[in-house]
Amino acid sequence: MRDSLMHFAPAFPEIFVLAMVSLILVVDAAVDEDKRFIAYVLSLATLAGAAVLTVRDFSTMPVQALGGLFVDDPLSDVLKLFMYLTTAVVLVYGRDYLRVRGLYKGEFFVLALFALLGMMVMVSASHFLTLYLGLELLSLSLYAMVALQRDSSVATEAAMKYFVLGALASGMLLYGMSMVYGVTGSLALGDMAQTLADGSDLQIPLVFGIVFIVAGLAFKLGAVPFHMWVPDVYHGAPTAMTLFIGSAPKIAAFAFVVRILGQGLESQVAEWRDMLVILAVLSMAVGNIAAIAQSNLKRMLAYSTISHMGFMLLGILAGSHNGYGSAMFYVLVYALMSLGGFGMILLLSRAGFEADQLDDFKGLNRRSPWLAFVMLLLMFSMAGIPPTVGFYAKLSVLQAVVEIGYVWLAVAAVLFSLVGAFYYLRIVKLMYFDTPHDTSPIAASPDIRVIMSANGLAVLALGILPQPLMAVCVHAIGASF
Amino acid sequence: MFGQSILSLVIWVPILAGIVVLATGSDRNAPLARWLALAGSLLGLLVAIPLATGFDTATSAMQFVEKKAWIPAFNVFYHLGVDGISMPLVLLNSFVTVLVVIAGWQVIQDKVAQYMAAFLIMSGLINGVFAALDGILFYVFFEGMLIPLYLIVGVWGGPNRVYAAFKFFLYTLLGSLLMLVSFIYLYYQSGGSFDIQTWHKTTLGMAAQTLIFLSFLLAFGVKVPMWPVHTWLPDAHVEAPTGGSVVLAAITLKVGAYGFLRFILPIVPDAAHELAWLVITLSLIAVAYIGLVALVQADMKKLIAYSSIAHMGFVTLGFFMFNPLGWEGGLVQMISHGFVSAALFLCIGVMYDRLHSRQIKDYGGLVNRMPVFAAFFMLFAMANSGLPATSGFVGEFMVIMAATQVNFWFAFVAATTLIFGAAYTLWMYKRVVFGSVGNPHVEEMKDVNAREILLLGVLALAVLGMGLYPKPFTDVMHASVVDLLAHVAQSKLP
Repeated sequence: MRDSLMHFAPAFPEIFVLAMVSLILVVDAAVDEDKRFIAYVLSLATLAGAAVLTVRDFSTMPVQALGGLFVDDPLSDVLKLFMYLTTAVVLVYGRDYLRVRGLYKGEFFVLALFALLGMMVMVSASHFLTLYLGLELLSLSLYAMVALQRDSSVATEAAMKYFVLGALASGMLLYGMSMVYGVTGSLALGDMAQTLADGSDLQIPLVFGIVFIVAGLAFKLGAVPFHMWVPDVYHGAPTAMTLFIGSAPKIAAFAFVVRILGQGLESQVAEWRDMLVILAVLSMAVGNIAAIAQSNLKRMLAYSTISHMGFMLLGILAGSHNGYGSAMFYVLVYALMSLGGFGMILLLSRAGFEADQLDDFKGLNRRSPWLAFVMLLLMFSMAGIPPTVGFYAKLSVLQAVVEIGYVWLAVAAVLFSLVGAFYYLRIVKLMYFDTPHDTSPIAASPDIRVIMSANGLAVLALGILPQPLMAVCVHAIGASF
Repeated sequence: MFGQSILSLVIWVPILAGIVVLATGSDRNAPLARWLALAGSLLGLLVAIPLATGFDTATSAMQFVEKKAWIPAFNVFYHLGVDGISMPLVLLNSFVTVLVVIAGWQVIQDKVAQYMAAFLIMSGLINGVFAALDGILFYVFFEGMLIPLYLIVGVWGGPNRVYAAFKFFLYTLLGSLLMLVSFIYLYYQSGGSFDIQTWHKTTLGMAAQTLIFLSFLLAFGVKVPMWPVHTWLPDAHVEAPTGGSVVLAAITLKVGAYGFLRFILPIVPDAAHELAWLVITLSLIAVAYIGLVALVQADMKKLIAYSSIAHMGFVTLGFFMFNPLGWEGGLVQMISHGFVSAALFLCIGVMYDRLHSRQIKDYGGLVNRMPVFAAFFMLFAMANSGLPATSGFVGEFMVIMAATQVNFWFAFVAATTLIFGAAYTLWMYKRVVFGSVGNPHVEEMKDVNAREILLLGVLALAVLGMGLYPKPFTDVMHASVVDLLAHVAQSKLP
């Protein structure tokens, strides 16, 4: 009995989260509206408990479980820990915002945790079935979260777009997976890699399969030309949901891409590299250029996300351990910056007022020098200016592409990041050079302010001492491949 | 006790002082912020003095070296050191920071703590630029200094400050990002090292050298600034507050010229020889053409900004003569220009604080109301036009001599600056200072106060001292220059 239980040991964090979600669902339905904090506290406790379980069983090498469907390796453990952290920060940042908008419901916590569960399955999957299962669990939860604000036509429209395009992407992905299955005769990533490494005479269907898989992945990442949904969804969704969509799922998406391309289709790097080059260049170009034209901060950050995903793809397309490590570093740093950026919108918003226009940041330095400074750090970090951590993220992916001899790609990337610097600088300009047109005091809870400060200072501290995080990424990739 | 970490102190004391000043918060504590900033800048200068007293002029090796692992994942080190080329620049920067703090004492009444902190933090970062011996460390300081400067221009600048701040930031970022790609390329070529001295020894093919040369030329050429990428400078100067202009002219332009000696010439010497014509042509255009442009300026700050571009053209010209005289002349010119341009911008600041105009036509007959000021201004104007016995003469003379050794026509074109420089500076001086009192506003102007006399007096001493006895400066540089020249003369082609 005990042996069969231990068989599930690598998946304990997932099982724990599932059990807790069910508990929260029941408890929240039973208690009154004014005791909503029970669900809030239970959700945070779930994240803490999952973190403890993950740390306790931290694996130093890949451990297969559930008949090869599931793998517990350092990569998945590190990513899961960061996902707990991001989700926890989202819950804190979003609390007051959701409360004043009547969205502070049990459903929010349940959906967020289900999405987290989906992401956990994704990062630990070693089989097409589990990958897809995790992805769908995540996606369905996110569709519902965007639609949670039922009386907002913008949010409903965003949810609809997200759902239709997301379902299309899932379909493409499945179609590609089926072709790869046809060629290799296996759905398990390990067996697949083995078969492909031995050589396959069915190259054409394989390449077709890869094309569909890459297209599906690009949809999920929001890489150009599959990016159309990103600005609308980011803009239309309630900001707390945008914050969530823009942070933790990106980490999961990274794992998803690396598992499929880097582990399953490793030997086909020559096939998918060129596709990713095109996606990366287009994403950096369109993302950065279109962001300039935005007057809504959520839309601007959506386009900036597109460009950041392009940068992350640079690391992945290198197809080396260095490259995956740099992409992992990039995505973790991105999640940190994205939390801060959207979090700041939440922090400045209040009942009946969304601080999502660029002009709402005018003169922030006069209203709150400290918050302006935090935002300054976040913006310079997104622009990749040292001494913030965003610089090292860019440096590491550029290094990965120069290593494989794509110097021109590095040059293109830095030119687009120059374009990007313009709109980040514009936020700094609004905060520091302009006078405020809204002088009402900023009403944010102390705990949110503290977390926001920590968020901003982390960007600076990791910029001065980037080694620990970088070492974690290098180690996680090295020990998992 | 701190003997092993002087350079770290030189970098971090101003930065920490800046953070302390920042912590004083709102303008209610402005006096405290000012005094703390002054203390911080003086302390910063104090810890830099051992660099001069303990400096060994006999060796060209790096001195006061510190080396610790910083980011092992990238093989990046916290590696600091100075030689005869960078040490004077560190001192110059620490010195100018004190002046800037004093210069902003009364003028800046808005967000005082942030203003002072920005200058202190920038001062530390610039010291880091000059002291860094690791490529990534250099880059972090090099880019990091843009942030405070962006805020200084944008927050405390003139009416068109936003445009100027953006232009300045994006221009310099363009150059430095391409340089970053070159750094990464060099990392792989040198077998996985970001160490600048290792890069000096790395062999590179001609095609790679040419591309690296061009990317470096853009990065440092924008900072110098060289014609035709100079257009950000007049805008930034005009819009920046006095302190910002002083730091821009006296220090940040030197970062560009310093990059030529630390990066371009030693790392890609063959491309530098091959493409010397390009730099020489651009430098001569800067000297002659920009001199003419300066002549027609109606705005005093703009005039001095263009004069800076012309003077920096001398520096780059001297470097590409590939002889000791040219290099030392260029370096002396850098230091001298640091003093003279700082002094001239302070002079304009003195006038601007009283009349709130930078237009030449709004002045006239200043000597009647401000005789002491007029005397100081005279000295600096003379130094700017290269009068013997001022520091301005030494560098220009050395570079012209060096150019004569290479090609008479280079020297001929360069020497036109002695005419143009005198023309635009003295003509401006005449229109502003001499004649009868131009208008009722000038009638009411008061002469310089003790604080301003202190500022201008210290600079006057520096300008005259360097002009009369430049030997200590050239002695410090000599060993490093000779050694670097020998290095640059060797081909690095595989």
